[in-house]
Amino acid sequence: MDDFLTAFLNVEIVREAWPILWQGFLYTLALSAITVPLGMVGGVILALLSTAGPRGIRWAAAAWTDLFRAIPPLVLLVFLYAGLPFAGLDVGAWGAVAIGFFLNTGAYYGEVLRAGIGSVPRGQVEAARSTGLSQAQALAHVVLPQAVRNVLPDLVSNTLEVVKLTSIASVVALPELLFQARQAQNATYNATPIVAAAIAYFLLLWPLVRLISRLENKAMAGR
Amino acid sequence: MPVSADAPRPIVDARGLWKRYGALTVLHGVDLSVAERELVFIIGPSGSGKSTLLRCLNRLEEPDDGSIHVDGIELLSPKTDINAARRRIGMVFQSFNLYPHMTARQNVMLALRKVLGKSRDEADSIAAAALHRVGLGERMDHHPAQLSGGQQQRVAIARAIALEPRVMLFDEPTSALDPELVGGVLNVMRELRESGMTMVVVSHEMAFARAAADRVVFMADGQKLEEGPPAQIFGDPQHERTRAFIRQIDRH
Repeated sequence: MDDFLTAFLNVEIVREAWPILWQGFLYTLALSAITVPLGMVGGVILALLSTAGPRGIRWAAAAWTDLFRAIPPLVLLVFLYAGLPFAGLDVGAWGAVAIGFFLNTGAYYGEVLRAGIGSVPRGQVEAARSTGLSQAQALAHVVLPQAVRNVLPDLVSNTLEVVKLTSIASVVALPELLFQARQAQNATYNATPIVAAAIAYFLLLWPLVRLISRLENKAMAGR
Repeated sequence: MPVSADAPRPIVDARGLWKRYGALTVLHGVDLSVAERELVFIIGPSGSGKSTLLRCLNRLEEPDDGSIHVDGIELLSPKTDINAARRRIGMVFQSFNLYPHMTARQNVMLALRKVLGKSRDEADSIAAAALHRVGLGERMDHHPAQLSGGQQQRVAIARAIALEPRVMLFDEPTSALDPELVGGVLNVMRELRESGMTMVVVSHEMAFARAAADRVVFMADGQKLEEGPPAQIFGDPQHERTRAFIRQIDRH
């Protein structure tokens, strides 16, 4: 038992590694604050193009979405970070993360929002258009608010996945939580920093998990 | 085309409307003209094209051929700003189509704000007046889910009339309502008619048609088979299809 505590829950090690773990935690927050909005913007654009665009555009948006849902985000990130420089394009670690998440999570948010838009009855747009609203106004004021509400549990769920996915930024040497925990583990020859990182992720994301459950229950009750 | 001085120019003047869905032809060159302050009732069996005709009049359906003038504007011309034209054409739907995420007041205010560009205060007072007019002054801040079907339909009417349209189109406005809620909606329509609103109504409310319509149009198979004052259409129909339809309705 003592061996277990010494290897995984070593208070001394936590104290020692605290500064760099805390810094990693802040990086994870910052990465989330960048990647979630970027993915949402990408998702809204894709959802609008794939539902309201001309036929060719709709097709292209669907193909784009398929492509970036099929490419593993880690592969995409490594390509952007380590592959593009071979073409003379060095976007840097932050650039690679921003572009990669825009492409990958944008495709996922796009699918969720597309389903949401599809769930709004056609009569809603007809009513809005019959009062003189343009297609864009009908989308902005009538369709999108209802679409978002209808798929809110899925949107929050996707956001949870995005925050977890920020840990892949460790492979491009961004000092986020996992990266820092690995550093601390190597420096201390002890697994406690990894456990500490897992606990930190849990504390950060557990409220989101609860929120999803509540939203899902509410959606069930509303049916 | 010159318009003679004594004939008032119709508010709605649709000519030779054709509408096809693939191999199915829904409208066979239908004409419909509606004068100012006139209430025209369109009746006919289901699938006769009456709803399609109505939906062409604000271009929710795009006719394949023909012309539609509403208040002097050629709706089908590529030069026409359809959003501007639709402000003059109110529409009420069978399924109400209220925005469920907005209160009754917000439902009425949306187009006032975004289409007519009214200030919040101005839109608010116009919306309040429109909702009072349809008897819902006490329910303005309710969401559609908190209103009965009849109340929802009256909000939908308020949403349309708040824009002060030149003509109102009603697409089976009472078909989705429980019988006891129909009267409230018809009362609002009667009041609108008495205030001089030009109206085109697709409906199965024959008693209302008899009492309130200036003219009844009978459609079948995408064609206008017969039209005339209600007394004539209901009392002495000329066409065999009209007679059969009236007999069937009267049996209910």
